[in-house]
Amino acid sequence: MQLTGAQMVCESLRREGVTVLFGLPGGAILPFYQTLPEYPDLQHILVRHEQNAGHAADGYARASGKVGVAVATSGPGATNLVTPLATAMMDSVPIVALTGQVPRAAIGRDAFQETDTTGVTAPITKHNYLVMDTADIPRVMKEAFHIARSGRPGPVLIDLPRDVLTDRAEFDYPESVNLRSYKPTLEGHAQQIKRAAKLIRDARRPLIMAGHGVTISGAFAELKELAEKAQIPVITTLLGIGAFPGEHILSMGMPGMHGQAHNNWAIDRSDLIVAVGMRFDDRVTGRLSAFAPNAQIIHIEVDPAEIGKNVGVAVPIVGDARRVLHALVVEVEPATHADWLKEIDVLREEHPFVVPESDGLLPQYVIRELCEATDGRAIVVTGVGQHQMWAAQHYVFKEHNSWITSGGLGTMGFEVPAAMGAAFAQPERQVWSIAGDGGFQMTFSELATIAEHNVPVKFAIINNNSLGLVRQLQDLFYDRNRVAVEYSGNPDFVKLAEAYGIWAVRVTEKAGVRAAIDDAAAVDGPAIIDFRVEREENVYPHVPAGGSVFEMLERPAPKDAPVWRK
Amino acid sequence: MAKVETHTITALVQDRPGVLARIAGMFSRRGFNISNLAVGHSETPGLSRMTFVAEGDEWVVEQVMKQLYKLIDVVQVYDITAENIVLRELALLKVRSTAESRPEIMQIVDIFRANIVDVAKDALVIEVTGDEDKVDALIQLLQPFGLKEVMRTGRIAMSRGANTTGPRKGVKDAVNQSAPDTEVVP
Repeated sequence: MQLTGAQMVCESLRREGVTVLFGLPGGAILPFYQTLPEYPDLQHILVRHEQNAGHAADGYARASGKVGVAVATSGPGATNLVTPLATAMMDSVPIVALTGQVPRAAIGRDAFQETDTTGVTAPITKHNYLVMDTADIPRVMKEAFHIARSGRPGPVLIDLPRDVLTDRAEFDYPESVNLRSYKPTLEGHAQQIKRAAKLIRDARRPLIMAGHGVTISGAFAELKELAEKAQIPVITTLLGIGAFPGEHILSMGMPGMHGQAHNNWAIDRSDLIVAVGMRFDDRVTGRLSAFAPNAQIIHIEVDPAEIGKNVGVAVPIVGDARRVLHALVVEVEPATHADWLKEIDVLREEHPFVVPESDGLLPQYVIRELCEATDGRAIVVTGVGQHQMWAAQHYVFKEHNSWITSGGLGTMGFEVPAAMGAAFAQPERQVWSIAGDGGFQMTFSELATIAEHNVPVKFAIINNNSLGLVRQLQDLFYDRNRVAVEYSGNPDFVKLAEAYGIWAVRVTEKAGVRAAIDDAAAVDGPAIIDFRVEREENVYPHVPAGGSVFEMLERPAPKDAPVWRK
Repeated sequence: MAKVETHTITALVQDRPGVLARIAGMFSRRGFNISNLAVGHSETPGLSRMTFVAEGDEWVVEQVMKQLYKLIDVVQVYDITAENIVLRELALLKVRSTAESRPEIMQIVDIFRANIVDVAKDALVIEVTGDEDKVDALIQLLQPFGLKEVMRTGRIAMSRGANTTGPRKGVKDAVNQSAPDTEVVP
């Protein structure tokens, strides 16, 4: 079957099960767009900025478990994808990005809207392709989707010169992928699993640290089984939230910089950490030399390069989290760890997770109310900053695949387009975007797209008229020297919503929180709540960057907050 | 402090545009110090073989290898430092020469079993192969005559005997090679 390159791309997308694309056209990618009407089953969502197309594909992928697709033109279209690609790379999210490129003959001549897209994106994609022959498109598309979703998932970019899209060639979609240089290890090494089981048997203070890998591989049942069989408390990293039921008796919450204090103390005392699908990020470990000084580590991870990268490992197990845990559960002996669980209870009591009593509108209160109103079953998407940490701390998730946040890269503005993408993936579920007023203003141009398609995303803007977490850093570690953190000219978000024809309400008091949430939820379509929260509230605990649990600040009285110096 | 050593690493990579840029970019991004890199076609069509010399402690070298494996275009990676290997480098040296100095230079060239590959009125081009120490020593001896230009290929290496670092039957793939049994160093 002879097809144009553009038709081949569409046919390939169809064969990969793609139904939604997020994109914005331009000259170089135009042959693709002109072909789209021939493929009505490919729904194209026209965004307002390519960055938002990338984040929407990200949110779509995380909420659906499928590969998200973003489309952009050459030059600025492609460079606008840099942030979402880097975001997806850090958080192991499968995205395929299709970018237009100038015609082959113009490549390297600094043509209009030419950028070395594969060069620019090489370090922030799992892999990328510049297609120089139309006949290669089926193979490249097949490989790209395979690479994006398999092993440790990640973004793959395909750069398509305009004349490659218009040339014709024989279309024959490959049944399978044969990459001699890429075959992820999925099954854990049997001997290593036996060694791990032995370490678990001998441990007196074991902990499980579960990360994004558990969610990606769908190892929920296996993780729960392991935790329950051997009675091991489960700490979930920022991206691991939702991998283990938040209300489970063995659920500990989040570790690290803004994790619950008892977790960091438990890690300090633990003699064995079973790390599953996580990568010992610096926000989790703090100063490496002081991290888990008494613990041996079993590291279960599909990406071998993560093992031993940051911490020494006693038993490395390369493999898919679900398969490895499945095998490990069989080997592990039942245990009670009664003393250790008691010790942890004491830690919880000694280091309570305090939300201050206040008549003012505290952000933590808003999130707790939201959690209650949605019964812990909403898909929650956040940006980056204080609101993100409060959401991580106070929203207790009852369902998997419900927590979507930019963890590794920490991309502000993620909350608007990613929530849109998530809503396209899960139209039956309630999607709440917990947004900061800073991040929201980075990407709220997407409200237009959301209004156009009546996407039922609900926004809870935690509005403190400032870059709150930066302000907090300045207060705690820079002698309260506040520089460039106040947003005194924020727009009226309710009027802004009105301009887009979106339902909105402002809440300034505790009393109005629940009603506003319920009203927003009842709206058939998008809704925005502008929560005017206490400006001076800080996120606690706070382990200073590069610090250890011993430097952790737990909620001090606001007036005499200790100033920490190196 | 862990011991800093020099490691010779060879990699078999897909012969595709941009593969060198990917590898070089990965090294610089992750702060790996690669003192030497040589690349050329391998015995298998479509595959190139690279030789790197990486400096660092055990952790650095392990990370270099793992991060190399992680690149989709990289088929296999071997650290052949500990093996019994042949190391060679080719260098071309342009030396100023006069009628008076030429015999002395030729004597040195003979001792090093190097070759004079071009003779002009006032210059010689010398070709030498050997390990880096040998090339360094020759350069040092020729310095006083006036060394106009030095061109070195960087190290290439091969294990002695019948062992190969090629794609062979039974060896699966890069990631499997990196082995769950790897001893990992903090």
